[in-house]
Amino acid sequence: MCLAIPAQVMELLGDGMARIDMGGVSKAISVALVDDVAVGDFVVVHVGYALSRIDADEAERTLALLREAAAMETPS
Amino acid sequence: MKYVDEYRDPELAKGVAARIAAEVDSGSSYRFMEFCGGHTHAISRYGVEDMLPKNVAMIHGPGCPVCVLPVGRIDDAIRLASDPRVTLCTYADLMRVPASRGASLLKARAAGADIRMVYSTLDALRIAEAEPAREVVFLAIGFETTTPPTALAIKQAKAKALRNFSVFCNHVLTPIAMRAILAGEEDEATPLDGLVGPAHVSTVIGARPYEFVANEYGKPVVISGFEPLDVMQSILMLVRQINEGRCAVENQYVRAVTRDGNARAQREMDEVFELQESFEWRGLGMVPHSALRLVEAFAEFDAEKRFGIHTVAAADNPACECGAILRGAKKPTDCRLFGSLCTPETPMGSCMVSSEGSCAAHYAYGRFRDRSRARMERAAS
Repeated sequence: MCLAIPAQVMELLGDGMARIDMGGVSKAISVALVDDVAVGDFVVVHVGYALSRIDADEAERTLALLREAAAMETPS
Repeated sequence: MKYVDEYRDPELAKGVAARIAAEVDSGSSYRFMEFCGGHTHAISRYGVEDMLPKNVAMIHGPGCPVCVLPVGRIDDAIRLASDPRVTLCTYADLMRVPASRGASLLKARAAGADIRMVYSTLDALRIAEAEPAREVVFLAIGFETTTPPTALAIKQAKAKALRNFSVFCNHVLTPIAMRAILAGEEDEATPLDGLVGPAHVSTVIGARPYEFVANEYGKPVVISGFEPLDVMQSILMLVRQINEGRCAVENQYVRAVTRDGNARAQREMDEVFELQESFEWRGLGMVPHSALRLVEAFAEFDAEKRFGIHTVAAADNPACECGAILRGAKKPTDCRLFGSLCTPETPMGSCMVSSEGSCAAHYAYGRFRDRSRARMERAAS
């Protein structure tokens, strides 16, 4: 029910709406709940509304931590 | 898809699994509840449980709005849809939930009720605008993730003076449900050691509302993303907290969740909704201050007032164990209906309807693992 999907903002349509791309699916959604959305941003989309912006640096840091955890062989 | 595929890397998952195995204390057991149905689904679908050491158990929680909606409210929705003036708009997950006397929204629609599945509250608004002669009622359910979209739709309806739009509100609150689970398990023989916290709810409410779990109940919480690697990293973070004797709210899903959440979404919710004194949850019973209703300023859009809805509590199927399963007290396989009378095609209880329900997730993915595990054990003995 609370499944949300990361999507990229392709075009701002005005009136709090934007066209997004979800893995090849194009949809018009509301961006009224997120401040200052810009084309190129990734947002988390749920039931036709963007709920938050995805922070690219934090996403990369999470992956780095995962790689680090996976590479450690024995507990330090 | 970006921000999805990279968190599903099987090689990385093996490495993280080895890390978890290396760090657990073989002498102790770890019981973690994943509150959210989205996590339940991910854990089943990607076989996360199979990658965990034997002494780490995942307990499935009640975080599935379809599963916790009581029968009486589905009965109300069916009654509402049966009114010839009404067009009921609903999210698709609710269509097959069993109501009293074997009814469901799907069967009501087959019998002629005007019930339409929508993706978004925006669709329901569009229908109300396009068909001014119809009373369009949006069946609103969900936790805090789904609530701001309902709030915005109500505000838009007011701005556009849409007199034929209203909302049947069943929005419920995550932290309160978490408190009910924790309060109820104090007399359990095997208490929970930590919680995997919902992430999409937290994009809205932030990490702060879970701090009582650490402060009052002394249990660690890790807010987790929904991809398999997210969940595994969160489990590792919980294991580390326990091993180090710490107990805090940590955020694994930092790419989309902050401590304070989405202030704008919270403002929208606060403007349109207020707490109800009490609301019935399937599996938890009546829980005080756990659900929302429309404030007086928007009362004209409240379907309960407009259509005089008075919910009558209805009993679940007495053989169905959904209630105990939702509390984490039983497993799907403990229910004698599971997989025989109750399947995703013919659900007897709500946990079998939503793909996020424990029973549906176990039916789709888990039972095959049970069989192969049993075969392996027989071969070994």
